[in-house]
Amino acid sequence: MDTVEKKFRGRHLLKISDLTADEIMGLLNTAYKFKDVSEREIKKVPTLRGKTIVSLFYEASTRTRTSFEIAGKRLSADVINISTSSSSVTKGETFKDTVLNIAAMKPDAIVVRHPSPGAPAYAARIAGCSVINGGDGANAHPTQALLDLMTIHEKKGGVEDLKVAIVGDILHSRVARSNINALKMFGAEVTVCAPPTLLPHGVGALGVKVTHNIHEAVADKDVVMMLRIQTERMQQGLFPSLREYSEHFCLSAKVLKSARPDVLIMHPGPINRGVEIASDVADGPYSLILSQVTHGVAMRMAVLYLLCGGAES
Amino acid sequence: MSETILIKNGRVIDPSRGVDGVQDVLVKDGAVAAMGKDLAATGAKIIEAKGLVVSPGFIDLHVHLREPGFEYKETIATGSMAAAAGGFTAVCCMANTKPVNDNASVTRFILEKAAAVNGARVYPIGAITKGLKGEELAEIGEMKKAGVVALSDDGRCVMDARVLRHAMDYAAMFGLTIVEHCEDEHLVKGGVMNEGETSARLGIKGMPAIAENVIARRDIDIAAYLKRPVHIAHISTRGAVESVRAAKAAGTAVTCEAAPHHFTITEKNLESFDANYKMNPPLRTEDDLAAVKEGLRDGTIDCIATDHAPHAKWEKELEIDHAPYGIVGLETALGLSMQLVRDGVFGLPRLVELLSTNPARIFGLPGGMLKEGAVADICIFDPEKKWTVDPAEFVSAGKNTPFAGWELSGKNCLTIVGGRIVYNPSNL
Repeated sequence: MDTVEKKFRGRHLLKISDLTADEIMGLLNTAYKFKDVSEREIKKVPTLRGKTIVSLFYEASTRTRTSFEIAGKRLSADVINISTSSSSVTKGETFKDTVLNIAAMKPDAIVVRHPSPGAPAYAARIAGCSVINGGDGANAHPTQALLDLMTIHEKKGGVEDLKVAIVGDILHSRVARSNINALKMFGAEVTVCAPPTLLPHGVGALGVKVTHNIHEAVADKDVVMMLRIQTERMQQGLFPSLREYSEHFCLSAKVLKSARPDVLIMHPGPINRGVEIASDVADGPYSLILSQVTHGVAMRMAVLYLLCGGAES
Repeated sequence: MSETILIKNGRVIDPSRGVDGVQDVLVKDGAVAAMGKDLAATGAKIIEAKGLVVSPGFIDLHVHLREPGFEYKETIATGSMAAAAGGFTAVCCMANTKPVNDNASVTRFILEKAAAVNGARVYPIGAITKGLKGEELAEIGEMKKAGVVALSDDGRCVMDARVLRHAMDYAAMFGLTIVEHCEDEHLVKGGVMNEGETSARLGIKGMPAIAENVIARRDIDIAAYLKRPVHIAHISTRGAVESVRAAKAAGTAVTCEAAPHHFTITEKNLESFDANYKMNPPLRTEDDLAAVKEGLRDGTIDCIATDHAPHAKWEKELEIDHAPYGIVGLETALGLSMQLVRDGVFGLPRLVELLSTNPARIFGLPGGMLKEGAVADICIFDPEKKWTVDPAEFVSAGKNTPFAGWELSGKNCLTIVGGRIVYNPSNL
C-alpha cells in the first residue's frame, strides 16, 4: 500500500485519464478495505484526523455531496459543505475568488461540483491543495466512474471483455464520459444508446458502438447502465415527451430479457421510475443501484485517504 | 505636427501597383511626396529602413474598442495606440458598445475621442439595427453623415432575413457595406467551442460549423438577389469559404475577412479549458484552418482582420461557460500572419494586400497604397525580427491572448499616420 499512497498524496482527481490502470486498481483495493468500515458498528477510523475537506457544490446534489461528507467523516476528517444553487457570476463573487478564499483557510482537499466543464481543473491550478472533481458540466465525474467500476469489479471479478451498454442522455452526461473512459481503459466494450438528439455530434471520438434501439443495446450485455433523463431536455426540443422517450428507451423487464442472464443493472441516480427505468427493474434482482451508492462512500473514502496523505497516520 | 520624413533603402511594397523593390519614400505634408532611388531632402528626418519592409499602413476592418461603456476592457485611446504598435494606421470599430453605436451621437462621440489620440485612425462602424436587436433599422443615413464607414451588428447575426434584406438595400443608398456576423444563433445557443469530436469528448457545449455556413449562404443569396455588396466577418469554416469562392465565381459582390487565430490554432486547445481559447466564431478544426489558409492564398478571402476583442483579466478567469468570447489581436496580427509567409502560403506582397490594400478597398478608405500623392499612412516592419509574446508588454489594455509565450517572427518597427510618426519605440 505504501507505494500506492506515495503516488497519490497531494494530487488532484479531475478526470479518469489522470489515472493509470494500476492506480485505479490501487484505488479499488483501498476502497474494498474501507467498505468494511461502513459495515462496523463504530463506522469511524482515525485515519484523516486533523484533515479538512471542503465540498464546494454549485449544483444540486444529494448522493455525491452526502457520500463525500460521510466518507470524510468516517475517516475522521472535518468536512465542511458549501452549497450554492446559483453560479458564481450571479452570486457576485467569481468562482476564482471563492476558491481562493476557501484555499486561504487551508483545507487539505476541495471537492468541486460545477455546471461549467473545466471549473474543477481551474480550481486545481489555483487552490494549492488537492482538488477532486465532483462532477463538472458534461465533462467528467471520475469518482462516479470509479465507484461504478468497483461495483462491476466486485460482481464480475474484472472488467476485461465485458459488454456494457450505457443508455440515455449521453450528450449531457459526465457520468457517461467518465465511465466510457474507465471501462475502455480496462478492456470493456461499450455501446451507447440514445436518440440521435441526445448523442454528441462527433460521438465517434468516444470510441464506442452506437445504437438508437434499446433492444439492440441490451442484447447480450453483461452490464446495462441507465442514465437519468431530465425534463429540461424536452423543453430544449431534444425529444417530444417523456412518454415517447420511455416508450423507446425505458429499461423494462421485457427489454431486459435479451440481456445476459447474469446482467447487472446500474444507474447513477436519481432515478425516474417509469421513465428511463421501470420500477420493477430498478428494484429487481439484477439491480445494483443501491450497491453503487454504498460503494460510493467506500470509493470516496479511498480517494480522500490517498489524496489527503493518509499514509502518514 | 506633420514633418518631412525620408525613409531610406527599405523594401517598398505596394500591391495596388505591383511595386516591390528597394527604394526611398519621401513623406511631406501628410502625403507621400516622392518615391525612387537615392532621394534626398534637406531638413528631413531620415529613417534608415535597410532590411525592413515599407508598407502602406495596415487597416483592420474589425476591432472592438469597447468605448463607450466598457472602458475597463479597452478605450479608444488604448485601442488606437495598440493598433499603431501593431502596424495598423486605421481600425474600424464595431458598434457593440454601451450605448450601441446605432445613432449619430454615439458615432460623433467615438470620432471625438479618436481625434484626441495620436495613434491609428479610428473609423466607426454603425449598427445595422437599433440596439443590435435585429428588428428595426438604425438611423443609417444620420450615422453615415456623422462618419460611419460600414454597418454591422457584429457579435450578433441579423437573424431575420427580411431585416437583413432591407438593410442591404437601404444601406446601398449611402454607399455603406453590410458586414455580417454569420451565425445562426439558434444553432449555437449556449455554445462555447466548435462542435465536433473534441467537444464530444470534453462535454463542452458545441457551436457547429453549419451555424456559420447556413447564414453565409443565406447572406450571399440575398446579396446576389439584390445585387448589393456584403462583407462576411471573421470567416472560419470550410463551408463558408467554399460558399464565398463559388459566389465570387458567380459574380456576387461578396468579400470576407479572416482572423489570425482562425488560421493559426484549432479547437484542440480547448482541452485546457482556458477561456483565452474561447472566441466567436470558435476555433475550428485542422480542415477548416486549411480552408482558411487556402482562401487567403487564392483570393477567396480578401483580407486579414483581427476581431480584436479585449476583456479584463478577471473576465477570462471565469468558468468557461461564463467567460466572454474573444481575444486581442492588434499586436500579434503581423507576427502570426508572417508565419503564413514563412510557410510559403503566399509572399510578402500578398500579405500587405491582405492587411492593407484590400481592406482599404472594401470599405473605400484612404490608404492601402504607396504612391506620390497618397496619404502618408505607412508602417515599417521587420519581417525577420524574432520576439516573444508577452501580454504585459501589450499597449492594449486587453491582455487576453492564447499566444502568450509564443515566439513569433515579424514585428512592426514604426508607424506613420497622416505623415506623423505615431509609433517608433526603437527610435529608427
